[in-house]
Amino acid sequence: MGNIIEVKDLVKNFKGLTAVDNISFTVKEGETFAFLGPNGAGKTTTIKMLTTLLHPTNGSMLVAGFDPVKESDKVRHSFGIVFQDPSLDTDLTAYENLLFHAVMYNIPKKERDKRIKEVLKLVELLDRKDSFVKTFSGGMQRRLEIARSIIHIPKILFLDEPTIGLDPQTRIHIWQHMKKLTIESKMTVFLTTHYMEEAEKMADRIAIIDHGKIVAQGTVKELKSKTKTKSLEQAFLALTGHSLREEAGNAKNEFRQHSKLWGR
Amino acid sequence: MMGAIYIMWLRQVKKYWRSKARLIGSLGQPILFLVALGFGFNHIFENAMGTSYVEFLVPGVIVMSILFTSMFTGIELIWDRQFGFLKETLVAPVSRTKLMLGRTLGGATVAVAQGIIVMLIALLVGFRPSLTGLPIALLFMFLIGILFTAFGTAIASRLEDMQAFPIIINFIIMPLFFLSGALFPLQGIPEILDTIIRFNPLTYGVDGVRYAFGGVAHFSIFLDLGIIAGIALFILALGTYLFHKIEI
Repeated sequence: MGNIIEVKDLVKNFKGLTAVDNISFTVKEGETFAFLGPNGAGKTTTIKMLTTLLHPTNGSMLVAGFDPVKESDKVRHSFGIVFQDPSLDTDLTAYENLLFHAVMYNIPKKERDKRIKEVLKLVELLDRKDSFVKTFSGGMQRRLEIARSIIHIPKILFLDEPTIGLDPQTRIHIWQHMKKLTIESKMTVFLTTHYMEEAEKMADRIAIIDHGKIVAQGTVKELKSKTKTKSLEQAFLALTGHSLREEAGNAKNEFRQHSKLWGR
Repeated sequence: MMGAIYIMWLRQVKKYWRSKARLIGSLGQPILFLVALGFGFNHIFENAMGTSYVEFLVPGVIVMSILFTSMFTGIELIWDRQFGFLKETLVAPVSRTKLMLGRTLGGATVAVAQGIIVMLIALLVGFRPSLTGLPIALLFMFLIGILFTAFGTAIASRLEDMQAFPIIINFIIMPLFFLSGALFPLQGIPEILDTIIRFNPLTYGVDGVRYAFGGVAHFSIFLDLGIIAGIALFILALGTYLFHKIEI
Protein backbone atom coordinates (compact mmCIF):
# COMPACT_ATOMS: atom_id res chain seq x y z
CA MET A 1 0.00 0.00 0.00
CA GLY A 2 1.17 3.51 -0.83
CA ASN A 3 1.56 6.54 1.39
CA ILE A 4 -1.53 8.73 1.66
CA ILE A 5 0.22 11.41 3.70
CA GLU A 6 3.81 12.43 3.15
CA VAL A 7 5.44 15.16 5.21
CA LYS A 8 8.99 16.29 4.68
CA ASP A 9 11.01 18.82 6.70
CA LEU A 10 7.86 20.64 7.80
CA VAL A 11 8.38 23.86 9.78
CA LYS A 12 5.93 26.37 11.27
CA ASN A 13 7.06 29.54 13.00
CA PHE A 14 4.73 31.88 14.89
CA LYS A 15 6.46 35.21 15.58
CA GLY A 16 9.67 33.80 16.96
CA LEU A 17 8.15 30.59 18.32
CA THR A 18 8.81 27.40 16.41
CA ALA A 19 5.69 25.30 16.88
CA VAL A 20 6.68 22.61 14.41
CA ASP A 21 10.40 22.11 13.92
CA ASN A 22 11.47 20.22 10.85
CA ILE A 23 9.36 17.06 11.08
CA SER A 24 9.07 14.28 8.52
CA PHE A 25 6.75 11.28 8.53
CA THR A 26 4.49 9.22 6.30
CA VAL A 27 1.11 7.62 6.81
CA LYS A 28 0.15 4.56 4.79
CA GLU A 29 -3.20 4.20 3.11
CA GLY A 30 -5.72 2.50 5.38
CA GLU A 31 -3.70 2.61 8.57
CA THR A 32 -4.48 4.36 11.82
CA PHE A 33 -1.69 6.72 12.74
CA ALA A 34 -1.49 8.38 16.16
CA PHE A 35 0.30 11.59 16.94
CA LEU A 36 1.12 11.74 20.62
CA GLY A 37 2.76 14.51 22.55
CA PRO A 38 2.45 16.80 25.56
CA ASN A 39 0.42 19.99 25.41
CA GLY A 40 1.93 22.51 23.02
CA ALA A 41 4.08 19.91 21.27
CA GLY A 42 2.81 20.92 17.83
CA LYS A 43 0.15 18.29 17.15
CA THR A 44 -2.72 20.62 16.34
CA THR A 45 -0.46 22.95 14.36
CA THR A 46 0.60 20.01 12.21
CA ILE A 47 -3.02 19.01 11.64
CA LYS A 48 -3.94 22.58 10.75
CA MET A 49 -1.22 22.63 8.10
CA LEU A 50 -2.25 19.25 6.69
CA THR A 51 -5.88 20.40 6.52
CA THR A 52 -5.13 23.72 4.72
CA LEU A 53 -6.01 25.96 7.67
CA LEU A 54 -2.44 27.17 8.14
CA HIS A 55 0.36 27.76 5.68
CA PRO A 56 3.67 26.16 6.62
CA THR A 57 6.80 28.28 6.99
CA ASN A 58 8.86 25.64 5.24
CA GLY A 59 8.85 22.05 4.04
CA SER A 60 6.56 19.98 1.83
CA MET A 61 3.37 17.99 2.36
CA LEU A 62 1.28 15.65 0.25
CA VAL A 63 -2.22 14.73 1.38
CA ALA A 64 -4.03 12.17 -0.78
CA GLY A 65 -1.55 13.03 -3.52
CA PHE A 66 -2.13 16.79 -3.42
CA ASP A 67 -0.30 19.78 -1.97
CA PRO A 68 -2.39 21.46 0.77
CA VAL A 69 -0.94 24.87 -0.11
CA LYS A 70 -1.30 24.82 -3.89
CA GLU A 71 -4.17 22.36 -4.37
CA SER A 72 -6.17 23.16 -1.27
CA ASP A 73 -9.56 22.39 -2.83
CA LYS A 74 -8.57 18.85 -3.84
CA VAL A 75 -7.05 18.24 -0.42
CA ARG A 76 -10.21 19.55 1.28
CA HIS A 77 -12.32 17.04 -0.64
CA SER A 78 -10.15 14.17 0.55
CA PHE A 79 -10.44 14.45 4.31
CA GLY A 80 -12.91 14.74 7.14
CA ILE A 81 -11.99 16.26 10.47
CA VAL A 82 -13.10 16.35 14.08
CA PHE A 83 -11.51 19.40 15.62
CA GLN A 84 -10.13 19.62 19.10
CA ASP A 85 -12.58 22.40 20.00
CA PRO A 86 -16.31 22.35 19.24
CA SER A 87 -17.22 23.44 15.71
CA LEU A 88 -20.99 23.00 15.42
CA ASP A 89 -23.55 25.73 14.94
CA THR A 90 -25.56 25.30 18.12
CA ASP A 91 -28.39 27.50 16.82
CA LEU A 92 -29.12 24.96 14.10
CA THR A 93 -30.56 21.47 14.48
CA ALA A 94 -28.43 18.34 14.16
CA TYR A 95 -29.93 17.70 10.74
CA GLU A 96 -29.29 21.27 9.58
CA ASN A 97 -25.65 21.06 10.65
CA LEU A 98 -25.20 17.92 8.60
CA LEU A 99 -27.12 19.32 5.64
CA PHE A 100 -24.86 22.38 5.65
CA HIS A 101 -21.87 20.05 5.47
CA ALA A 102 -23.41 17.87 2.76
CA VAL A 103 -24.12 20.87 0.55
CA MET A 104 -20.68 22.39 1.14
CA TYR A 105 -19.10 19.09 0.08
CA ASN A 106 -21.24 18.96 -3.03
CA ILE A 107 -23.01 15.71 -2.23
CA PRO A 108 -25.76 15.19 -4.87
CA LYS A 109 -29.18 16.34 -3.76
CA LYS A 110 -30.73 12.87 -4.12
CA GLU A 111 -28.20 11.28 -1.77
CA ARG A 112 -28.06 13.95 0.93
CA ASP A 113 -30.98 12.90 3.04
CA LYS A 114 -30.06 9.22 2.88
CA ARG A 115 -26.43 9.89 3.76
CA ILE A 116 -27.30 12.20 6.66
CA LYS A 117 -29.68 9.66 8.15
CA GLU A 118 -27.10 6.89 7.78
CA VAL A 119 -24.42 8.72 9.73
CA LEU A 120 -26.91 9.88 12.36
CA LYS A 121 -27.94 6.29 12.85
CA LEU A 122 -24.32 5.26 13.16
CA VAL A 123 -23.76 7.61 16.11
CA GLU A 124 -27.23 6.86 17.50
CA LEU A 125 -28.61 10.36 17.14
CA LEU A 126 -31.24 9.73 14.47
CA ASP A 127 -34.13 10.24 16.89
CA ARG A 128 -32.69 13.64 17.85
CA LYS A 129 -32.15 14.89 14.32
CA ASP A 130 -34.51 17.85 14.65
CA SER A 131 -33.28 18.98 18.06
CA PHE A 132 -31.20 22.10 18.31
CA VAL A 133 -27.56 21.31 18.95
CA LYS A 134 -27.51 23.64 21.95
CA THR A 135 -29.70 21.11 23.76
CA PHE A 136 -27.09 18.35 23.27
CA SER A 137 -24.61 17.18 25.91
CA GLY A 138 -20.88 17.37 25.22
CA GLY A 139 -20.75 13.72 24.27
CA MET A 140 -23.69 14.03 21.89
CA GLN A 141 -22.12 17.04 20.22
CA ARG A 142 -18.92 15.07 19.78
CA ARG A 143 -20.80 12.17 18.21
CA LEU A 144 -22.55 14.59 15.88
CA GLU A 145 -19.19 16.03 14.83
CA ILE A 146 -17.94 12.53 14.09
CA ALA A 147 -21.05 11.84 12.03
CA ARG A 148 -20.48 15.07 10.15
CA SER A 149 -16.84 14.30 9.42
CA ILE A 150 -17.71 11.14 7.49
CA ILE A 151 -20.80 12.17 5.47
CA HIS A 152 -18.74 12.87 2.37
CA ILE A 153 -16.86 9.54 2.75
CA PRO A 154 -13.37 11.00 3.07
CA LYS A 155 -10.22 9.04 2.36
CA ILE A 156 -8.56 10.40 5.46
CA LEU A 157 -10.11 11.19 8.82
CA PHE A 158 -8.36 13.61 11.17
CA LEU A 159 -9.33 13.26 14.81
CA ASP A 160 -7.75 15.93 16.99
CA GLU A 161 -8.31 14.77 20.58
CA PRO A 162 -11.85 13.66 19.76
CA THR A 163 -12.54 12.30 23.23
CA ILE A 164 -11.34 15.28 25.28
CA GLY A 165 -13.62 16.10 28.19
CA LEU A 166 -15.83 13.05 27.74
CA ASP A 167 -16.75 10.40 30.28
CA PRO A 168 -15.32 6.85 29.91
CA GLN A 169 -18.63 5.47 28.64
CA THR A 170 -18.78 7.94 25.77
CA ARG A 171 -15.10 7.48 24.99
CA ILE A 172 -15.42 3.72 24.71
CA HIS A 173 -18.56 4.14 22.65
CA ILE A 174 -16.88 6.54 20.24
CA TRP A 175 -13.81 4.37 19.73
CA GLN A 176 -15.92 1.30 19.12
CA HIS A 177 -17.72 3.20 16.37
CA MET A 178 -14.47 4.46 14.92
CA LYS A 179 -12.90 1.04 14.88
CA LYS A 180 -15.90 -0.51 13.15
CA LEU A 181 -16.08 2.30 10.68
CA THR A 182 -12.42 2.35 9.73
CA ILE A 183 -12.24 -1.40 9.29
CA GLU A 184 -15.36 -1.41 7.12
CA SER A 185 -14.43 1.55 4.96
CA LYS A 186 -10.63 1.15 4.99
CA MET A 187 -10.41 4.81 5.91
CA THR A 188 -7.04 6.21 6.92
CA VAL A 189 -7.17 7.75 10.39
CA PHE A 190 -4.82 10.37 11.74
CA LEU A 191 -5.49 10.94 15.41
CA THR A 192 -4.10 12.75 18.40
CA THR A 193 -5.01 11.96 21.97
CA HIS A 194 -3.73 12.23 25.52
CA TYR A 195 -5.23 8.87 26.47
CA MET A 196 -2.45 6.33 25.98
CA GLU A 197 -4.75 3.35 26.20
CA GLU A 198 -6.82 4.78 23.34
CA ALA A 199 -3.73 5.11 21.18
CA GLU A 200 -2.57 1.65 22.16
CA LYS A 201 -5.89 0.11 21.14
CA MET A 202 -6.49 2.11 17.96
CA ALA A 203 -3.19 2.92 16.33
CA ASP A 204 -1.18 0.81 13.93
CA ARG A 205 1.71 3.22 14.18
CA ILE A 206 2.57 6.07 16.50
CA ALA A 207 4.75 9.15 16.29
CA ILE A 208 5.72 10.93 19.48
CA ILE A 209 6.24 14.65 19.13
CA ASP A 210 7.76 17.00 21.68
CA HIS A 211 8.82 20.66 21.39
CA GLY A 212 7.88 20.53 17.72
CA LYS A 213 10.15 17.61 16.90
CA ILE A 214 9.35 13.95 16.36
CA VAL A 215 11.33 12.08 19.00
CA ALA A 216 10.30 8.55 18.03
CA GLN A 217 7.99 6.67 15.71
CA GLY A 218 6.95 3.07 15.18
CA THR A 219 4.42 0.51 16.34
CA VAL A 220 3.50 0.31 20.02
CA LYS A 221 5.73 -2.75 20.28
CA GLU A 222 8.67 -0.99 18.70
CA LEU A 223 8.31 2.02 20.97
CA LYS A 224 8.15 -0.18 24.05
CA SER A 225 11.20 -2.21 23.13
CA LYS A 226 13.11 0.90 22.11
CA THR A 227 12.59 2.48 25.51
CA LYS A 228 12.72 -0.84 27.41
CA THR A 229 9.35 -0.12 29.02
CA LYS A 230 6.22 -2.20 29.58
CA SER A 231 3.47 0.18 28.52
CA LEU A 232 2.95 2.94 26.01
CA GLU A 233 2.51 5.41 28.84
CA GLN A 234 5.91 4.53 30.29
CA ALA A 235 7.45 4.71 26.84
CA PHE A 236 5.82 8.12 26.32
CA LEU A 237 7.18 9.46 29.61
CA ALA A 238 10.62 7.98 28.93
CA LEU A 239 10.71 9.86 25.63
CA THR A 240 9.17 13.18 26.66
CA GLY A 241 10.16 13.46 30.34
CA HIS A 242 8.12 14.40 33.37
CA SER A 243 8.19 18.19 33.27
CA LEU A 244 4.91 20.07 32.85
CA ARG A 245 4.24 22.08 29.71
CA GLU A 246 2.77 25.43 28.97
CA GLU A 247 0.60 25.75 25.98
CA ALA A 248 0.23 28.91 23.95
CA GLY A 249 -3.31 30.04 23.15
CA ASN A 250 -4.67 27.44 25.51
CA ALA A 251 -7.28 25.66 23.47
CA LYS A 252 -8.31 23.40 26.31
CA ASN A 253 -9.14 26.22 28.68
CA GLU A 254 -11.20 27.75 25.97
CA PHE A 255 -12.96 24.44 25.53
CA ARG A 256 -13.81 24.37 29.21
CA GLN A 257 -15.14 27.90 29.05
CA HIS A 258 -17.38 26.97 26.15
CA SER A 259 -18.54 23.94 28.06
CA LYS A 260 -19.51 26.13 30.97
CA LEU A 261 -21.18 28.58 28.68
CA TRP A 262 -23.25 25.83 27.19
CA GLY A 263 -24.13 24.48 30.59
CA ARG A 264 -22.58 21.08 30.18
CA MET B 1 -21.85 25.13 -7.90
CA MET B 2 -24.25 27.60 -6.33
CA GLY B 3 -25.10 25.20 -3.51
CA ALA B 4 -22.46 26.49 -1.12
CA ILE B 5 -23.50 30.12 -1.56
CA TYR B 6 -27.14 29.12 -1.09
CA ILE B 7 -26.58 27.14 2.10
CA MET B 8 -24.45 29.92 3.61
CA TRP B 9 -27.24 32.36 2.78
CA LEU B 10 -29.93 30.04 4.14
CA ARG B 11 -28.11 29.57 7.44
CA GLN B 12 -28.01 33.31 8.06
CA VAL B 13 -31.61 33.90 7.09
CA LYS B 14 -32.79 31.03 9.30
CA LYS B 15 -30.84 32.26 12.27
CA TYR B 16 -32.23 35.77 11.80
CA TRP B 17 -35.79 34.51 11.51
CA ARG B 18 -35.44 32.36 14.61
CA SER B 19 -34.07 35.17 16.74
CA LYS B 20 -37.26 37.16 17.22
CA ALA B 21 -35.62 39.21 19.94
CA ARG B 22 -33.04 40.47 17.49
CA LEU B 23 -35.68 41.09 14.85
CA ILE B 24 -37.89 43.15 17.12
CA GLY B 25 -35.13 44.75 19.17
CA SER B 26 -33.45 46.29 16.16
CA LEU B 27 -36.70 48.04 15.18
CA GLY B 28 -36.59 50.22 18.28
CA GLN B 29 -34.12 52.75 16.99
CA PRO B 30 -35.68 53.37 13.56
CA ILE B 31 -39.13 53.72 15.12
CA LEU B 32 -37.77 56.25 17.58
CA PHE B 33 -36.22 58.30 14.77
CA LEU B 34 -39.40 58.06 12.77
CA VAL B 35 -41.69 59.16 15.56
CA ALA B 36 -39.53 61.66 17.44
CA LEU B 37 -37.88 63.37 14.50
CA GLY B 38 -40.59 62.71 11.94
CA PHE B 39 -43.43 64.17 13.93
CA GLY B 40 -41.28 66.57 15.92
CA PHE B 41 -39.95 68.42 12.90
CA ASN B 42 -42.81 67.86 10.50
CA HIS B 43 -44.51 71.16 11.21
CA ILE B 44 -41.39 73.33 10.88
CA PHE B 45 -40.24 71.45 7.80
CA GLU B 46 -43.60 71.85 6.10
CA ASN B 47 -43.62 75.58 6.75
CA ALA B 48 -40.11 76.00 5.37
CA MET B 49 -40.04 73.54 2.49
CA GLY B 50 -43.69 73.09 1.65
CA THR B 51 -43.41 69.30 1.77
CA SER B 52 -43.89 66.66 4.46
CA TYR B 53 -40.89 65.82 6.63
CA VAL B 54 -42.16 62.28 7.21
CA GLU B 55 -42.07 61.65 3.46
CA PHE B 56 -38.55 63.05 3.40
CA LEU B 57 -37.30 61.22 6.48
CA VAL B 58 -38.65 57.69 5.89
CA PRO B 59 -36.15 56.75 3.14
CA GLY B 60 -33.37 57.94 5.44
CA VAL B 61 -34.62 55.81 8.32
CA ILE B 62 -35.04 52.76 6.06
CA VAL B 63 -31.46 53.19 4.92
CA MET B 64 -30.38 53.65 8.53
CA SER B 65 -31.82 50.30 9.58
CA ILE B 66 -30.15 48.62 6.61
CA LEU B 67 -26.85 50.27 7.44
CA PHE B 68 -26.95 49.20 11.09
CA THR B 69 -28.19 45.66 10.45
CA SER B 70 -25.74 44.92 7.67
CA MET B 71 -22.67 46.32 9.43
CA PHE B 72 -23.49 44.37 12.58
CA THR B 73 -23.81 41.05 10.72
CA GLY B 74 -20.01 41.17 10.64
CA ILE B 75 -20.07 40.11 14.26
CA GLU B 76 -21.36 36.71 13.15
CA LEU B 77 -17.94 36.06 11.65
CA ILE B 78 -16.26 36.80 14.98
CA TRP B 79 -18.88 34.68 16.69
CA ASP B 80 -18.20 31.80 14.28
CA ARG B 81 -14.49 32.13 14.92
CA GLN B 82 -15.00 32.12 18.68
CA PHE B 83 -17.32 29.15 18.73
CA GLY B 84 -15.49 27.13 16.13
CA PHE B 85 -17.97 27.00 13.25
CA LEU B 86 -15.62 29.07 11.09
CA LYS B 87 -13.21 26.11 10.97
CA GLU B 88 -15.95 23.93 9.55
CA THR B 89 -16.53 26.40 6.72
CA LEU B 90 -12.82 26.98 6.10
CA VAL B 91 -11.91 23.29 5.64
CA ALA B 92 -14.81 22.75 3.22
CA PRO B 93 -13.88 22.44 -0.46
CA VAL B 94 -15.44 25.79 -1.30
CA SER B 95 -13.51 28.81 -2.52
CA ARG B 96 -13.12 31.69 -0.10
CA THR B 97 -14.78 33.90 -2.70
CA LYS B 98 -17.95 31.82 -2.52
CA LEU B 99 -17.87 31.83 1.27
CA MET B 100 -17.63 35.61 1.21
CA LEU B 101 -20.42 35.89 -1.37
CA GLY B 102 -22.74 33.60 0.61
CA ARG B 103 -22.10 35.52 3.79
CA THR B 104 -22.58 38.89 2.12
CA LEU B 105 -25.80 37.89 0.36
CA GLY B 106 -27.14 36.45 3.62
CA GLY B 107 -26.33 39.61 5.57
CA ALA B 108 -27.74 41.85 2.85
CA THR B 109 -30.98 39.84 2.71
CA VAL B 110 -31.44 40.12 6.46
CA ALA B 111 -30.71 43.86 6.31
CA VAL B 112 -33.16 44.45 3.45
CA ALA B 113 -35.82 42.48 5.33
CA GLN B 114 -35.27 44.76 8.28
CA GLY B 115 -35.57 47.79 5.94
CA ILE B 116 -38.83 46.47 4.53
CA ILE B 117 -40.28 46.04 8.02
CA VAL B 118 -39.38 49.67 8.79
CA MET B 119 -41.07 50.70 5.54
CA LEU B 120 -44.24 48.81 6.51
CA ILE B 121 -44.27 50.52 9.89
CA ALA B 122 -43.82 53.86 8.15
CA LEU B 123 -46.89 53.09 6.03
CA LEU B 124 -48.86 52.77 9.24
CA VAL B 125 -47.85 56.22 10.39
CA GLY B 126 -48.77 57.92 7.15
CA PHE B 127 -45.90 57.36 4.70
CA ARG B 128 -47.31 57.33 1.15
CA PRO B 129 -44.61 56.42 -1.38
CA SER B 130 -45.01 55.93 -5.11
CA LEU B 131 -45.41 52.21 -5.66
CA THR B 132 -43.94 52.29 -9.16
CA GLY B 133 -40.61 53.17 -7.60
CA LEU B 134 -40.58 50.14 -5.34
CA PRO B 135 -38.34 47.93 -7.54
CA ILE B 136 -35.77 50.73 -7.78
CA ALA B 137 -35.95 51.28 -4.03
CA LEU B 138 -35.40 47.57 -3.40
CA LEU B 139 -32.43 47.57 -5.75
CA PHE B 140 -30.83 50.45 -3.86
CA MET B 141 -31.65 48.87 -0.51
CA PHE B 142 -30.04 45.62 -1.58
CA LEU B 143 -26.90 47.35 -2.88
CA ILE B 144 -26.57 49.28 0.36
CA GLY B 145 -26.97 45.98 2.21
CA ILE B 146 -24.23 44.34 0.11
CA LEU B 147 -21.86 47.26 0.57
CA PHE B 148 -22.10 47.42 4.34
CA THR B 149 -22.30 43.67 5.01
CA ALA B 150 -19.07 43.32 3.06
CA PHE B 151 -17.63 46.25 4.99
CA GLY B 152 -18.60 44.78 8.36
CA THR B 153 -17.25 41.38 7.36
CA ALA B 154 -14.00 42.93 6.16
CA ILE B 155 -13.52 44.57 9.56
CA ALA B 156 -14.52 41.38 11.40
CA SER B 157 -12.04 39.30 9.41
CA ARG B 158 -9.20 41.40 10.83
CA LEU B 159 -10.58 41.43 14.36
CA GLU B 160 -10.80 38.71 16.95
CA ASP B 161 -12.13 40.80 19.80
CA MET B 162 -15.87 40.42 20.20
CA GLN B 163 -16.11 43.38 22.58
CA ALA B 164 -14.21 45.74 20.31
CA PHE B 165 -16.36 45.10 17.26
CA PRO B 166 -19.52 47.01 18.27
CA ILE B 167 -17.43 49.94 19.47
CA ILE B 168 -15.54 50.18 16.19
CA ILE B 169 -18.70 49.71 14.16
CA ASN B 170 -20.55 52.45 16.05
CA PHE B 171 -17.57 54.73 15.54
CA ILE B 172 -17.94 54.25 11.77
CA ILE B 173 -21.72 54.03 11.48
CA MET B 174 -22.61 57.25 13.30
CA PRO B 175 -20.77 59.71 11.04
CA LEU B 176 -21.82 57.70 7.97
CA PHE B 177 -25.45 58.08 8.97
CA PHE B 178 -25.51 61.66 10.24
CA LEU B 179 -23.44 62.98 7.34
CA SER B 180 -25.46 61.40 4.57
CA GLY B 181 -28.45 63.63 3.97
CA ALA B 182 -30.69 61.03 5.62
CA LEU B 183 -32.01 63.58 8.11
CA PHE B 184 -31.85 66.94 6.31
CA PRO B 185 -32.01 68.30 2.74
CA LEU B 186 -28.66 69.09 1.13
CA GLN B 187 -29.76 72.46 -0.29
CA GLY B 188 -28.08 75.46 1.29
CA ILE B 189 -25.78 73.64 3.71
CA PRO B 190 -22.27 74.98 4.42
CA GLU B 191 -19.77 74.11 1.75
CA ILE B 192 -17.48 72.08 4.00
CA LEU B 193 -20.38 69.93 5.14
CA ASP B 194 -21.48 69.53 1.54
CA THR B 195 -17.99 68.33 0.57
CA ILE B 196 -17.87 65.78 3.38
CA ILE B 197 -21.33 64.50 2.51
CA ARG B 198 -20.36 64.06 -1.13
CA PHE B 199 -17.53 61.74 -0.08
CA ASN B 200 -19.91 59.52 1.87
CA PRO B 201 -21.21 56.62 -0.25
CA LEU B 202 -24.33 56.34 1.90
CA THR B 203 -25.40 59.79 0.64
CA TYR B 204 -26.01 58.32 -2.81
CA GLY B 205 -27.88 55.34 -1.37
CA VAL B 206 -30.22 57.64 0.56
CA ASP B 207 -30.69 59.82 -2.49
CA GLY B 208 -31.51 56.79 -4.64
CA VAL B 209 -34.11 55.40 -2.26
CA ARG B 210 -35.63 58.86 -1.81
CA TYR B 211 -35.89 59.25 -5.57
CA ALA B 212 -37.52 55.84 -5.93
CA PHE B 213 -40.20 56.65 -3.35
CA GLY B 214 -40.75 60.35 -3.96
CA GLY B 215 -39.53 61.05 -7.47
CA VAL B 216 -37.07 63.78 -6.45
CA ALA B 217 -33.30 63.26 -6.42
CA HIS B 218 -30.65 65.71 -5.27
CA PHE B 219 -28.10 64.09 -7.58
CA SER B 220 -28.87 62.16 -10.72
CA ILE B 221 -30.33 58.69 -10.17
CA PHE B 222 -27.70 57.25 -12.52
CA LEU B 223 -24.89 58.85 -10.53
CA ASP B 224 -26.46 57.41 -7.36
CA LEU B 225 -26.68 53.94 -8.83
CA GLY B 226 -23.22 54.04 -10.37
CA ILE B 227 -21.53 55.16 -7.17
CA ILE B 228 -23.34 52.81 -4.81
CA ALA B 229 -22.90 49.79 -7.12
CA GLY B 230 -19.27 50.63 -7.82
CA ILE B 231 -18.34 51.03 -4.18
CA ALA B 232 -20.31 47.91 -3.23
CA LEU B 233 -18.25 45.91 -5.72
CA PHE B 234 -15.02 47.45 -4.52
CA ILE B 235 -15.73 46.71 -0.83
CA LEU B 236 -16.89 43.21 -1.74
CA ALA B 237 -13.58 42.59 -3.52
CA LEU B 238 -11.65 44.03 -0.59
CA GLY B 239 -13.62 41.89 1.87
CA THR B 240 -13.00 38.80 -0.25
CA TYR B 241 -9.27 39.55 -0.24
CA LEU B 242 -9.23 39.92 3.55
CA PHE B 243 -11.35 36.80 3.94
CA HIS B 244 -8.74 34.87 1.93
CA LYS B 245 -6.11 35.81 4.44
CA ILE B 246 -7.90 34.37 7.47
CA GLU B 247 -5.86 31.66 9.16
CA ILE B 248 -6.90 29.92 12.34
